[in-house]
Amino acid sequence: MERTPDAALIRGLTQRRISRRDALRYAGIGAGAIGLAALLDACGVGSSSAAGSASAAAFDWSQQTLHHQLNFANWPYYIDTSHGTHPTLDTFTQQTGIQVNYKPVINDNQGFYAKIKPELEEGKPTGWDIIVITNGAQLSELIDNQWLIPLDLSKLPNFTKYASDSIKSPSYDPGNTYSVVWQSGFTGLAYSPKATEALGREPDSVDDLWDPSLAGHVGMMSDNTELGSIGLLKLGIEPSTSTPADWTKAAQALQQQKDAGIPRGYFDQGYINQLEDDNTWLTQAWSGDVFLANQTGYPELKFIVPKEGVMFWHDNMLIPVGAANPLDALTYMNYAYDPHVAALMANYIWYVTPVPSAKPIVASLPGGKPVADSPLVFPDQAMIDQTHTYYVYTGTEDLDQWNNTFDPIITG
Amino acid sequence: MEQHLRSDHHGLERPAPAPDLRELERGKPRLGKRLAPYGLIGPGGLWLAIFFLIPMVAMFLLSLETPVPSQGFKDLGYRFTWHLGEYATALSMFHTQFIRSLVYAAIVTGLTLIVGYPVAYWIAFKGGRHKTTFLFLLLLPFFVSFVIRSLAWQFILSDGGIVLTALERIHVLPQGFHILSTPTAVIAGIAYNSLPFMVLPLYVSLEKIDRSLIEAAGDLYSTPRDVIRKVVLPLSVPGIFAGFLLTFIPAVGDYVNNDILGGTNTTMIGNVIQRAFLNDQNYPLASALSFILMLVLLVGIILYARVLGTRQIEEYL
Repeated sequence: MERTPDAALIRGLTQRRISRRDALRYAGIGAGAIGLAALLDACGVGSSSAAGSASAAAFDWSQQTLHHQLNFANWPYYIDTSHGTHPTLDTFTQQTGIQVNYKPVINDNQGFYAKIKPELEEGKPTGWDIIVITNGAQLSELIDNQWLIPLDLSKLPNFTKYASDSIKSPSYDPGNTYSVVWQSGFTGLAYSPKATEALGREPDSVDDLWDPSLAGHVGMMSDNTELGSIGLLKLGIEPSTSTPADWTKAAQALQQQKDAGIPRGYFDQGYINQLEDDNTWLTQAWSGDVFLANQTGYPELKFIVPKEGVMFWHDNMLIPVGAANPLDALTYMNYAYDPHVAALMANYIWYVTPVPSAKPIVASLPGGKPVADSPLVFPDQAMIDQTHTYYVYTGTEDLDQWNNTFDPIITG
Repeated sequence: MEQHLRSDHHGLERPAPAPDLRELERGKPRLGKRLAPYGLIGPGGLWLAIFFLIPMVAMFLLSLETPVPSQGFKDLGYRFTWHLGEYATALSMFHTQFIRSLVYAAIVTGLTLIVGYPVAYWIAFKGGRHKTTFLFLLLLPFFVSFVIRSLAWQFILSDGGIVLTALERIHVLPQGFHILSTPTAVIAGIAYNSLPFMVLPLYVSLEKIDRSLIEAAGDLYSTPRDVIRKVVLPLSVPGIFAGFLLTFIPAVGDYVNNDILGGTNTTMIGNVIQRAFLNDQNYPLASALSFILMLVLLVGIILYARVLGTRQIEEYL
């Protein structure tokens, strides 16, 4: 990726912008306590009863009316922001009269899911009309338990018209029955000039994460889906079609890397700070974070697509059962797929927008040229061809097996 | 009244209260008076029952449950099965982390005692009229959030940070030396965060020491060293014990310092429990781990109390 001019300065945004993954790295610690309480609640009295009294299948969209109110739970720093307001949300309110209660309360999938799960189990409303969850175990659980309202795609003309083909009808939700993508991103590698120095060349492969000359300065992710997936990529195994036997092999490779003292640690969202502080020189990384770091004082960091490819993940907008304003939520989902709206958001978020036709609009925005030209925000087919998708867990047992295979490496 | 004066160092029972003579004359005490003590423990007892006992029992039962098998991710909840397997799994998979946490906590307690005792002694004996100021200064850094302070250490001690680069430049440290992501960093982080919890009880017990005892020791030709060894130290044992409790127990369960300062082989049992609860949602395993930890700590503390004497624990607090 070419070095980009400081787009943030050009746009006159002076505040240091923190990536959503970075911002509340440790808020999760506090949330943990809340989560625990929720868990105790969830698994205490009445836990043996069958879940979900509210039936999602019987949802009738024709009975719904607008309530001019929308409760939207999202991740921090994941929507355009200017002087404390969100311009695209303000425009939405002007156009539709729907007041948006926007709260960036989701710090991680597991923690947020742990908070809303007790209410879903009891068939009570969660208080949210839209939530944003990454494809993975939590999303599968929400779908399998029928805790999501099926979407009426006929009310999402913008989605049908403008959504990228790469995110339509994904393997984790065929036919977009319950979800449409909010933003996507890549998990690849990021490195600092120190890695180039130690290796004597630019890193270009997942194998470099196993290179002894980087011992003690390699960052791996503590998210076991990411960790396991990169282990599989290293062995040339396609994660989405991998088997438990493959997982064991990947775990062995990762254990061997650990025994050789190569990883510095297994990091959560803080991995980017480890890279910025020179603690790690080569690390697993999420694309948008590196783009952000480039704009905020670390132009020397680079994100690369290793020759084995990158993982492609999607954060999805969902309507939980019991939502008070489902039609307002659907109206917003349609609005988010308007290319002009998508462009304004892409220019701030720097992850992959689900609307490819936003590209010329972003390019025309002040300072938007480098964003529009980045394959990490507007991936071309060549980029998409290098992506892999995660293994889709078939159920709890499957997930447990994955956890038991990769957790011992992280918590060893 | 004689038995009342003799302090009880052996029995675990409280000395019987002195009988109220007027009540003896009148015969049986009134019902209200007899019930009054129970009324007084009411609010506290209720608090403990609701917020400690009930969750404890719920958690114990949870550790004996197994998930109801289902197709896919359909959540059918848990079923109580007297399944003790989680305890075996917890011990066989995570004994390393249990032992590591106990070792780290022991080192932390030792370190804070060595660093904290002179500080507490100095404030108690030499602090003069500024004692409160010194105590306040000791606590001042702790007005900043615990997490922020640990993050600040991560920033200060990073490989490219001011301390390490400066020391490497003047060749005090070899090139490529790092402190973050090592056990040393985790232990130092916990020790730093627990220091006041060691110093404050030590200060209280040292402050209570009757100065005339020290003068008496001097009058009896005791050297300053012997005064410390034979008078001050034994009299401050309650403070040491309280400091130990307040430092060791939170240190064993700590997971934040490892999260922020740790590396590949520094995972503590707190991290394992957190992961089991919040990431993997394996509630029975997490409950079993928590129970084992609690049991280990209880047994350890009872043994420790035995070593330091058979006095009641409340005498030390």
